[in-house]
Amino acid sequence: MNQTQNIKENLQEIESKKLMLEIVDLKKSFGDNHVLNGFNLKLFQGENLVIMGKSGSGKSVMIKCLVGLMQPDSGSIKVMGKDITKLNRMELDDIRTEIGFLFQGNALYDSMTVRENLEFPLRRHKKKFGNIKDTTPLVTEALGSVGLAHTINLMPSELSGGMQKRIALARALILKPKIILYDEPTSGLDPITSKEIIELMRRVQKQYKTSSLIITHDVDCARVVSERMILLVDGTNYVEGTFPELELSKDEQVKAFFK
Amino acid sequence: MHKNSAIKSFFIEIGELSYFANRFFKEVFSRPFEFKELLRQCYSIGNRSILLVGVTGFIVGLVLTLQTRPTLQEFGAESWMPSMVSISIIREIGPVIIALTFAGRIASGIGAELGSMRVTEQIDAMEVSGTNPFKFLVVTRILATTIMLPILVIFGDAVALFGSYIIENSKGDVSFVLYFNKVFKTLEFSDIIPATIKTYFFGFAIGLVGCFKGYNCKKGTVGVGLAANSAVVYSSMLLFILDFVAVFVTDIFFEI
Repeated sequence: MNQTQNIKENLQEIESKKLMLEIVDLKKSFGDNHVLNGFNLKLFQGENLVIMGKSGSGKSVMIKCLVGLMQPDSGSIKVMGKDITKLNRMELDDIRTEIGFLFQGNALYDSMTVRENLEFPLRRHKKKFGNIKDTTPLVTEALGSVGLAHTINLMPSELSGGMQKRIALARALILKPKIILYDEPTSGLDPITSKEIIELMRRVQKQYKTSSLIITHDVDCARVVSERMILLVDGTNYVEGTFPELELSKDEQVKAFFK
Repeated sequence: MHKNSAIKSFFIEIGELSYFANRFFKEVFSRPFEFKELLRQCYSIGNRSILLVGVTGFIVGLVLTLQTRPTLQEFGAESWMPSMVSISIIREIGPVIIALTFAGRIASGIGAELGSMRVTEQIDAMEVSGTNPFKFLVVTRILATTIMLPILVIFGDAVALFGSYIIENSKGDVSFVLYFNKVFKTLEFSDIIPATIKTYFFGFAIGLVGCFKGYNCKKGTVGVGLAANSAVVYSSMLLFILDFVAVFVTDIFFEI
């Protein structure tokens, strides 16, 4: 009873904060395949929101719509009050400086060194940082925050999977975004490295005071990082709540995730 | 039914390629201009191809002279060798053979590189980083192939003529000055200019097809292989079509 009351108080506290991201009635189809069927989401300042769902449930499509990589068929996506579905390319690029994206496969540019990978977004977003002549302090800071300052001159191919994930996180952090999107942050990693990445995500959130949207089907990851969870089934919100609430759910579909 | 769908997909592909080319022309004149990346691509493409082009040109010159010599000798027309070889190389053999070699090397490279960037989400990451990936990756590569191929063809032609001279010198005791005097006396602007202009179109076609295949790559790692492979096949086919058009147009204006 006491635990339930605490959870409710926490949720009330979260919802009293500033709304960073809001998705309303998002729909996206590919031919006859209706991937998103009216998905809704609210992400508040400083919150860690986990979206769980089976493969093909529309998680990756949703996250790609969120950064403008895909256009939804209908619905609105508001990032800090601005509907990104109605923005032109320049305005969208400005909003993107506030969003860090950790790709499932890291997406490091393999023809560039670690330094060049981190410098790339810095050189592109001149509006936010101006025309930076010496990027070294910012690059070193971002690499330091993921504990890999010594890899600055290495190529991505010289790094392990876990290290690549950290570098990708450093690249997502270098613009000091207000929101970070994680697409399956622990997929393809061994359990020990997964734990390290989960710890890193928590540390980074405290250090940079970001709001995080985490897409995963790793229950351990969800248990540690989530403050609130949404279960996505057939492209729509199936159930919403905290991890303990969902873990104790009697619903068969929900139970299947936690088995 | 199967035949119909093959024809349909062929025309869809042509339509998509035209749309891709149209997008290139829209983006190439709009800001920001990626000069640094363009220079990097020019250097990379030139550097990767120069040795291959040189070796190909040299062998073409050697073989063409070796195989033509006996026939000309039969008619007592060996003195026509420099004229004949230079016209063949400058007008047709040089541009086409070098462009085909270039397509094999560069179109497949671009197809595989962009294809791999597509399937590993690097192109998406670039977009999220506030960069227009089409401008950064596609426009720069197409411009680089368009600029570099004519330069490489001029270099390859020169090496081919040098190869021809080596055979002429060893078999017929022709001096360097005499050989190249004959070459330059034979060649006219109507030989050089149309041949050079068509190499710009060849370069554009190779870059366009390589980028189109790579940028629109699907089906994971299998798709990367397919993109590289089809980039070479389609660009080689397009080269022959363009060559036919170029010869046809040249014939109208210069009366070959």
